[in-house]
Amino acid sequence: MLSYLANPLRFMRFSRLAVPICFALGIVMVGWSLYNGLLVVPPDERQGGDLMRAMFTHVPSAWLCMGLYAALAGASFVWYIWRHELADVAARAIAPIGAGYTALCFITGSIWGQKGWGAGWHNLILGDSRLMSVLVLFFLFLGYMALRAALETRQKAARAAAILAMVGIVNVPIIKVSVDMWQTTTIHQPSSVISIGSPEPREEGSGMNPIYLQQLLWGFGGHTLLAAAMVMMLMRSEVYTQQGDRLLARKLEGA
Amino acid sequence: MTASPLLSAFRSSLSEAWASGAGLLLPLGFFAGTATMVPFTLGSEAELLSRVGPGILWLALALSSMVTLERVFQADLQDGALDLWLQDSGSISLIAAIKTLTHWLVSGFPLVLLTPLIGFMLGVPSEKMIPAMLGYAMGGLVFFLWGGVAAALSASVSRAGLLIALIALPLYVPALIFGVQMVENGLDSPSFLFLAACTLFALGVAPAAMGAALRLAAE
Repeated sequence: MLSYLANPLRFMRFSRLAVPICFALGIVMVGWSLYNGLLVVPPDERQGGDLMRAMFTHVPSAWLCMGLYAALAGASFVWYIWRHELADVAARAIAPIGAGYTALCFITGSIWGQKGWGAGWHNLILGDSRLMSVLVLFFLFLGYMALRAALETRQKAARAAAILAMVGIVNVPIIKVSVDMWQTTTIHQPSSVISIGSPEPREEGSGMNPIYLQQLLWGFGGHTLLAAAMVMMLMRSEVYTQQGDRLLARKLEGA
Repeated sequence: MTASPLLSAFRSSLSEAWASGAGLLLPLGFFAGTATMVPFTLGSEAELLSRVGPGILWLALALSSMVTLERVFQADLQDGALDLWLQDSGSISLIAAIKTLTHWLVSGFPLVLLTPLIGFMLGVPSEKMIPAMLGYAMGGLVFFLWGGVAAALSASVSRAGLLIALIALPLYVPALIFGVQMVENGLDSPSFLFLAACTLFALGVAPAAMGAALRLAAE
């Protein structure tokens, strides 16, 4: 499907329909998970009471910021090897959305953790290894965007940025491992979305309570669709801008 | 491929460093200056300083590696040396590696030699000095290699200093963490091996990325 969409014309035709559909579905799903997560499900006292409701945004955005960086590197790789123009347009569009989700992830994470792990606010962002690696990811996104903005021609910016994204993705696992080793006693709970053996504080049942899991899955799906819709929207505007430039150039030549 | 472009790259970056004497002293002065600021910010308690000393030196090393990075490839791009190297030999990656190693030799290695002095001033225990120096040597190499990638990517950008810092700092993270742990736990700890692995990895990957970036910058 991706190679089918590599043709800009086909992409424009596809995304014209796909953007509103993804947007609508995404908003409905995120809305549903937020409504249930914030108002309906009972608070889990062991997870920080009402603060644990931040989970329904925190966990999906944590998955998306990793996924979006991988997508950024993938698109950069495709562009670097095959020079599909659309891959570069995609990479360029992914960066701000990814940065946004990393920001969302560590903001909600620190709100949730504020009470949930019994540590103070400032302690959390700079004291927890998992939030810290998200923060490093944020800087990787920022560096990518700054480099793109600094180089003068589009072609140069695209190539340099692609190299940076690929250098970044080979480093991401190393950064992750090193940050995990930096704090052997993390205050972050172990990830427990679908764990079989229940993590320490929960005595009964295995893994997450189904009511929470359900909202989380709605959130996953909804945020993924929303991110896809936003990326495609940015891509569409970029394609239009390029077309506009081309038309303008042709007009100036003719005149 | 003959050795001559490599040799010329080596010689030119050495002479550049020597010719502008300040260029060599700049990172040293910056390193010493940053480290001496520490007591002013953290207070003069001997116990505290000796505990944070190695970490402070790591930070100073990471920051001072940035000071000269901007000029590493920019000078070659401006005076045309880069084009000559590109014409002369296929392997710009090798030249980039040589340039980075030379750069490390003139402005990274002196910091390692300065470490015992500043470490002594900060009260770092003497048994930690050898692991610290070894760690700074290896970690410095990692910093200069990833920093070199950032510098090569932004070689055609004027006033790239802050951009280089923003790009390179996330890549410094693993070496910083393993380095600090290694100084803490000594040479027979796994952190030492991890730091060595980081160095080897950077040695393997960074030159290729620098080569690609320089080929782009020369266009």
